[in-house]
Amino acid sequence: MAHFEKANSINEWFDQRLGVNTLQRVLAKEYWIPKDINFLWAMGMVLAITFGILLISGIFLLMYYQPNVDLAFDSVNYTIMQEVGFGWLWRHVHAVAASVVFLIIYIHMFTGIYYGSYKKGRELIWISGMLLFVAFSAEAFSGYMLPWGQMSYWAGMVITNLFSAGSLELNGVVEWIRGDYVPAQAFLTRFFMLHVLLIPVAIMALIGLHFGALRLPHVNNQNGEEIDYEVEAEKYKSGNKAASKVIAFANDFMSKDMFVVAVYLVFFFYLVFWNFTFAMDPVNFDPADGLVTPAHIYPEWYFLWSYEILRPFSKDVGLIAFAFAQVIFVLLPFLDRSPNSVPANRRGLFAIWFWAMLVDMIILTAMGKLPPEGVFSTIGFVAAVTFIGLWLVLPFITAIEKKL
Amino acid sequence: MNQTRRGFMGKAFGAVAGIGAVGALYAMKRSWDPLPSVKAAGFTTIDLSSCSENKLVVEKWRGKPIFVLRKSAEMVSAQSDAQNARDIMVEGAHYMIAIGLCTHLGCIPAYREDKSDFKCACHGGEFDSSGINTVLPPEKPLLIPPFNVKGATVVLGEAGEVYNKMKESGLIA
Repeated sequence: MAHFEKANSINEWFDQRLGVNTLQRVLAKEYWIPKDINFLWAMGMVLAITFGILLISGIFLLMYYQPNVDLAFDSVNYTIMQEVGFGWLWRHVHAVAASVVFLIIYIHMFTGIYYGSYKKGRELIWISGMLLFVAFSAEAFSGYMLPWGQMSYWAGMVITNLFSAGSLELNGVVEWIRGDYVPAQAFLTRFFMLHVLLIPVAIMALIGLHFGALRLPHVNNQNGEEIDYEVEAEKYKSGNKAASKVIAFANDFMSKDMFVVAVYLVFFFYLVFWNFTFAMDPVNFDPADGLVTPAHIYPEWYFLWSYEILRPFSKDVGLIAFAFAQVIFVLLPFLDRSPNSVPANRRGLFAIWFWAMLVDMIILTAMGKLPPEGVFSTIGFVAAVTFIGLWLVLPFITAIEKKL
Repeated sequence: MNQTRRGFMGKAFGAVAGIGAVGALYAMKRSWDPLPSVKAAGFTTIDLSSCSENKLVVEKWRGKPIFVLRKSAEMVSAQSDAQNARDIMVEGAHYMIAIGLCTHLGCIPAYREDKSDFKCACHGGEFDSSGINTVLPPEKPLLIPPFNVKGATVVLGEAGEVYNKMKESGLIA
């Protein structure tokens, strides 16, 4: 038995048993954040809050949703939307958050690429972040199946067919994933399980890893400046806060972080109450029918760029290009051969690469929504080839980059 | 503590855990397999006597749409050998029977009676009236399900003589 003194306060009682003061010091009061940052550094907190909103709204939807092919559609479109008090609120919050979370993820990602925040000890932050992107994608897809409308069914059909790996014709694999020859009861129930349990648990574990990977390298700053945290922390703690290049995570930085969150939430709830239809595809308000394909099958906006990379090629080439697009971002810290961890605008050719990649992905997104005809087909094809080409040249242009 | 003894205990645990992990993974894989009831409900009988020429009939087998097309004499006379080879003869008439899912990514192509062909709205693929792919992206003809001709009816899910011959000649993958 370890020796315990009688505690003189509630705080001391908890500190003796849980080490709360040490935790608070490591995670908040002496977790140093550079001063030289801007609002883009708040996107992580915006994402954490949005995940929380998805979790809470999801819990309320879960109480009335029925994972059964005969009942699912009505449990969403009738029970939740019309009978449950404020059921419409949870559904619209959940749908809008599922869409907006990807907008913030993309901003968060491109901020990291622009400021070079994926190298010099920050590789694991990038990799865990990209794994989170994959997990969020799987979560969005599995959730899209649940209302069991036409778009749910046919997106489920098309995406699971990708696992036949083109000419390899692995139909057994596809049937195994579905638990049936076509998306049916077994498919709906297992995607329900994935959506409400397995993937959310994986996401929470990955968020823990993502935060953990950030603690030792600290966040980057606007100039990629290397900061001696011990020296700057001493200045701060001795009261010379103005001269120190850092502030404490809590409450100093958190107050700014949460201010950005507040601005974001005003925008978010504006969408929820007045402009939620962008997150609700009209085709998905028809119940699933295995004998009628919708005229156009397209994914939600956040998957359009990778869908457009699949589309303009023949089946096997398209699948390979698609697989390439899914994994290539993970390798960014290793494909960027330059040691410079500064904003892209100071990195010569990389500045052009950054903006070309951003514009190319916006073009791919736009073309993915348009029907694959005529000039749109050609633009889509060029943009898809450009995407692959940009990744192939990246190691070379960064290898010749001048060391700053 | 004897180091070799600790090493033995570690290896023993590793062996037990390894066997357990393999067994658990096998059980998990089997739990995701299609259920026997799903597999057993796989036979559908179609009566072809009610089909009229150049009108597409869509039946359902194992949850998938099945295209049944009775061809007119002029359609048959314009056909190539490759097209004829995929036709199923029932009581003297030519029929196309195929799974109505585009071999690109599984959308249902629509039948165009004026052109006697199929067009897929998803990615623009086309198939002729025998289900042979004519316009990319699909690189394979529509699949022919296992069938058995019995008088004026066809049983899907059962491999009959004609089906096996087609399979032997390499028409069906």
